[in-house]
Amino acid sequence: MSYIPGQPVTAVVQRIEIQKLRDGDNLILGFSIGGGIDQDPGQNPFSEDKTDKGIYVTRVSKGGPADVAGLMTGDKIMQVNGWDMTMVTHDQARKRLTKKNEDVVRLLVTRKSLEDVVRQSMMPH
Amino acid sequence: MDNESQYSGYSYKSSHSRSSRKHRDRRDRHRSKSRDSRGDKSVTIQAPGEALLDTESTRGDDRDDNWGETTTVVTGTSEHSVSNEDLTRASKELEDSSPLECRRFAGPVLSAVLGLFALLTPLAFLLLPQLLWREALEPCGTPCEGLYVSLAFKLLVLLLSSWALFLRPPRHTLPRFFVFRCLLMALVFLFVASYWLFYGVRVLEPRERDYRGIVGYAVSLVDALLFIQYLALVLLEVRHLRPAFCLKVVRTTDGASRFYNVGHLSIQRAAVWVLDQYYSDFPVYNPALLNLPKSILSKKMSGFKVYSLGEENSTNNSTGQSRAMIAAAARRRDNSHNEYYYEEAEMDRRIRKRKARLVVAVEEAFTHIKRLQEDEASSSPKHPREVMDPREAAQAIFAPMARAMQKYLRTTRQQPYHSMESIITHLQFCITHNMTPKAFLERYLTPGPTMQYQRENGRGRQWTLVSEEPVTSALRQGLVFSLRRLDFSLVVTVTTLPFLTLGEEFIDPKSHKFVMRLQSETSV
Repeated sequence: MSYIPGQPVTAVVQRIEIQKLRDGDNLILGFSIGGGIDQDPGQNPFSEDKTDKGIYVTRVSKGGPADVAGLMTGDKIMQVNGWDMTMVTHDQARKRLTKKNEDVVRLLVTRKSLEDVVRQSMMPH
Repeated sequence: MDNESQYSGYSYKSSHSRSSRKHRDRRDRHRSKSRDSRGDKSVTIQAPGEALLDTESTRGDDRDDNWGETTTVVTGTSEHSVSNEDLTRASKELEDSSPLECRRFAGPVLSAVLGLFALLTPLAFLLLPQLLWREALEPCGTPCEGLYVSLAFKLLVLLLSSWALFLRPPRHTLPRFFVFRCLLMALVFLFVASYWLFYGVRVLEPRERDYRGIVGYAVSLVDALLFIQYLALVLLEVRHLRPAFCLKVVRTTDGASRFYNVGHLSIQRAAVWVLDQYYSDFPVYNPALLNLPKSILSKKMSGFKVYSLGEENSTNNSTGQSRAMIAAAARRRDNSHNEYYYEEAEMDRRIRKRKARLVVAVEEAFTHIKRLQEDEASSSPKHPREVMDPREAAQAIFAPMARAMQKYLRTTRQQPYHSMESIITHLQFCITHNMTPKAFLERYLTPGPTMQYQRENGRGRQWTLVSEEPVTSALRQGLVFSLRRLDFSLVVTVTTLPFLTLGEEFIDPKSHKFVMRLQSETSV
């Protein structure tokens, strides 16, 4: 997940589809996000690169829709329903995730272990 | 006293006492109630049954004697025809005809005499032995000289500080004695008298020969006088400086109110202090601005008697009837608030329009003249301009703005306060001091404090202090007293200032540090 300025970002991503759960008037997804271009990236415990201002998953509530769909804490969200999440403010990210007229969110997330897996599988045995 | 004319019912030509006048008031008012209400109506300021003053008040009967002669009697179809001119004329006559009170100088003269006596006593103590038995006195050398010098300087200090503190022209007369001042005068008198007594018995009788002792005696008197003066300073001047009470002063006619902080004072001194502030803080009382326009009220109460809501004498005669009236009016559909709102909006608009015209007229008028510089006078002999002094310049530029000014003053009901003469004088004053048109207009656009409209006369203003407590008692929480004038009064309420507990928090200047906001976590 290294980021070279000027170069397109490449990452191995996993596609996760979360069905929103209806709780009264709200649609909840069951996880918490942190980060954004208006936040302090040095405080992020999950990022490798401490200048990374992307959106990270900080907490996944057990048994919630995100947990069921396979989201894990520490994941970096790259896209939500096609919208980019690598250069957004915290509030914009929240809004993209909590659109009332969408029942399903399709995320592209990336984590360190994914790269390791891919590299391992590409290594000659 | 005949029953036909109400005028004579209110005339007091003699110096009848206040209490009998109260009874006469009540009797007259009962008589007038039974009469047809479309008769004469006179302006009166006393509501029956109200405790007017302390019964032992020593206020003179000056006001009583002149009140009957200048009662304004109004005939007419409505209460609103008490015109403004009549009221101001009545009040002016009342003020001008109150006699010059010599009583206001009695107290200061007495204390001046006492003070002079006290100051001359040490000198007398020193001189009398010298004059009477000089040969028998023991000579006294350097210690005496030291004592002479110190005596001289202490007397000088006493003289100067008495002049600075106490010798001021009195600005008020109080209804009762000023307790502290009487106390101090009595103290001084007792002191000096006892010193004289001892002097007479111990020195004059046996012809004491120890002159140094006599000088020491005189010096001790001067020391004691200095200490009494210190006491006077603290009691009369310093004690009331530290604020302890908050006074709320409300004017009864239009609700203008102020809050003041005062120290420990007696009621009468607090009243004087409040009046001092009143003259410079409160906007001037304009009786023309009080009444709601007739058009609003008359519709509501047609079919009943018409009473104006602004004057105090409306509820006296009609408590029973007004209740029935109010009940009946409440059942009717009431739109008068609507009319009141529109009338006020219309009035505001009119005032603003007139004000705009006035401002433009004044600005234009001011462009007609300019100050002549010294060098210009000699530099242009070919175009001699007429050189005017300020008075003529003011008269010259007054003409274009006169009409706009007149209309504006009439709309804001200020015309009795500003005569044409006073406007020209003010204009002249402004021109002389290089003021802009806005500075000239400041006096007319906002109603100023009452001081601005005072006429210079030495008669003074009469106020009546109305209080349920004796007026020499000290202020305390919850006290209420009022200061009455002819057509309005000021109600003063006393509350203590809150006790403040001040805590301390030390902030190390190095402790001001900042970090970026923590990553905010939002659950979705």
